[in-house]
Amino acid sequence: MLAKRIIPCLDIKNGQTVKGVKFVEIKEVGDPVELAAHYAEQGADELVFLDITASHEGRKTFVDLVQRIARNINIPFTVGGGISAVSDADALLNAGADKVSVNSSAVRNPKLISDLANSFGSQFVVVAIDAQHQQDEGWVVTVNGGRIATDKRLFSWADECEKRGAGEILFTSMDHDGVKQGFANAALAKLSDQLTIPLIASGGAGAMEHFKDVFTLGKADAGLAASIFHFNEISIPELKRYLDREGVGIRL
Amino acid sequence: MLQNINDSSDSGLQTSDAQKIVIIKYNAGNIRSVANALARLGCEAEITADPIKIRAADKVIFPGVGEASNTMAYLRSTGLDELIVSLRQPVLGICLGMQLMCSHSEEGDVACLNIFNERVRKFQLPEPNPDNIKIPKMGWNTLTNVQKPLFDSSLEGGYVYFVHSYYVALGEHTAATSNYILPYSAALQKDNFFATQFHPEKSGSVGDRILANFLSL
Repeated sequence: MLAKRIIPCLDIKNGQTVKGVKFVEIKEVGDPVELAAHYAEQGADELVFLDITASHEGRKTFVDLVQRIARNINIPFTVGGGISAVSDADALLNAGADKVSVNSSAVRNPKLISDLANSFGSQFVVVAIDAQHQQDEGWVVTVNGGRIATDKRLFSWADECEKRGAGEILFTSMDHDGVKQGFANAALAKLSDQLTIPLIASGGAGAMEHFKDVFTLGKADAGLAASIFHFNEISIPELKRYLDREGVGIRL
Repeated sequence: MLQNINDSSDSGLQTSDAQKIVIIKYNAGNIRSVANALARLGCEAEITADPIKIRAADKVIFPGVGEASNTMAYLRSTGLDELIVSLRQPVLGICLGMQLMCSHSEEGDVACLNIFNERVRKFQLPEPNPDNIKIPKMGWNTLTNVQKPLFDSSLEGGYVYFVHSYYVALGEHTAATSNYILPYSAALQKDNFFATQFHPEKSGSVGDRILANFLSL
C-alpha cells in the first residue's frame, strides 16, 4: 500500500516563513531552509512552499530560495504562488522544485494547466483549489486567498483540472482553514471518489485524530498543515507513530 | 541534513573523491536534483551531453522525468541512444531513464534502448476501485526482495519515493520489487546497467544509501 503523506506547508514572504491564520494575520516562524531540513529529518513526506510575496524583487528572492532548498533537502517539494505563465514555472523547476502549484491564475486562465502539463508533464502540476461552502451554492471556488468568490464550483472545477492534465489536486476548505477542528472530510471523500489523480487535503488540522479522519473518512492521499507543525503543537514523529498504531499506512 | 552526511561517512558509505561521475544531459527534467543529491554525499557530478566525457566517466547516471516517445526521438537525434547502450562502466537509470532502458514503452508506443528486454506498460486502475487507487502513483512505497549490489539488506522494506504512471513487470532483471495495483519492478539490473523506477535523489536517507551503494560499485 502506498503510504499516506504528511506535508508541512511553509508560506514564504521575502524569503522568510510565515503562516496566515485564516489568511489574514501573519506571524514569522523561521528560516525556510532550516525549517525544511528539520521537517525532512522528522519524517515529513513532502514539503510545500507558497510564495506570498507580491513584488518583483521578492520573486527573485524566492527563486534563489528554491535553489537553496533543492540543494539541502532530500525529499520532494512543491512550490507555488505567483505562477501565471509557463516561464514562471520553468524558472522554479530549473531552480530544483519537483512540482509547481497553481491556484488563482488557473481559475482565471484554465489553459495554464494544460500548458504546464504539456510543457513539463502532469506529475509537475498541482492545482490548488480554495473553496468555501455556501448554503445555496454548494462549494464555491475562491481566489486571492479566499477574498473573492468565483463562478466555479469545487467538483466541476476539480474535474476540469484533472481533464486538463493536473497531476494532483490540493483542496483547501476556507471554512476549516485555521479553525483546527478537523478537515472537510465529506467534501474530500466525494472529491477523492471522483478523481483518478491524488488528492491533498488542507485546512483544519488541529489534532492527530484529524489526520486519521482525513485519511479514512476523507479518503485523502495526503494531509497538509502549517501552524500546528510550525508551532510544534503536533510533532511529525509522534503523529506518524499514532497513525501507524491506528492502522493508517504511513512511512515510518 | 549535515547529520545525514556525517552518518553516511561513519558507516563507510563515503566513496573515493577521485572518481568522475557524469549525469547525462538531455531534454528531461529532474537532472539538477540528482546532482544535488550526489553533492550532499560529497560527490561533485558533471552534467554533460559530451560523448567523450560520458565515455571517460567512472559512473554514468541517466536520470529523467518526461514523456517516453519525445525523449527517445531526442536521444536518437543526438546519438545518445547508441552511446548509452555501448557504455561499459556502471550506469544508473532513474525513473524515465529506467523505462527508456527497456525494449518498448506504451507511452507514445515507442521502441526504446533494449538494454533490458522488458516492456513498459501503463498502470490500469482496478475495477472496482474501493481503495481509491490513483494514477500516477505518487508517493512513498516499500522495496521488497532487494538484490545486491545496488541494494544491501538494510534496504529491505525501506520506503522510497515514486512518481509514475507506467511500470515494468517483474522479470529476470528485477532487482527490487514494489507493489501498486500489482507487484512490479522497482529496480532492474543487468551486467553494468542498473535502474530504479523510484527517485533515490528524493528518497531521504534510504535514497542516499542507494546512491552511495552505486557510487561504491
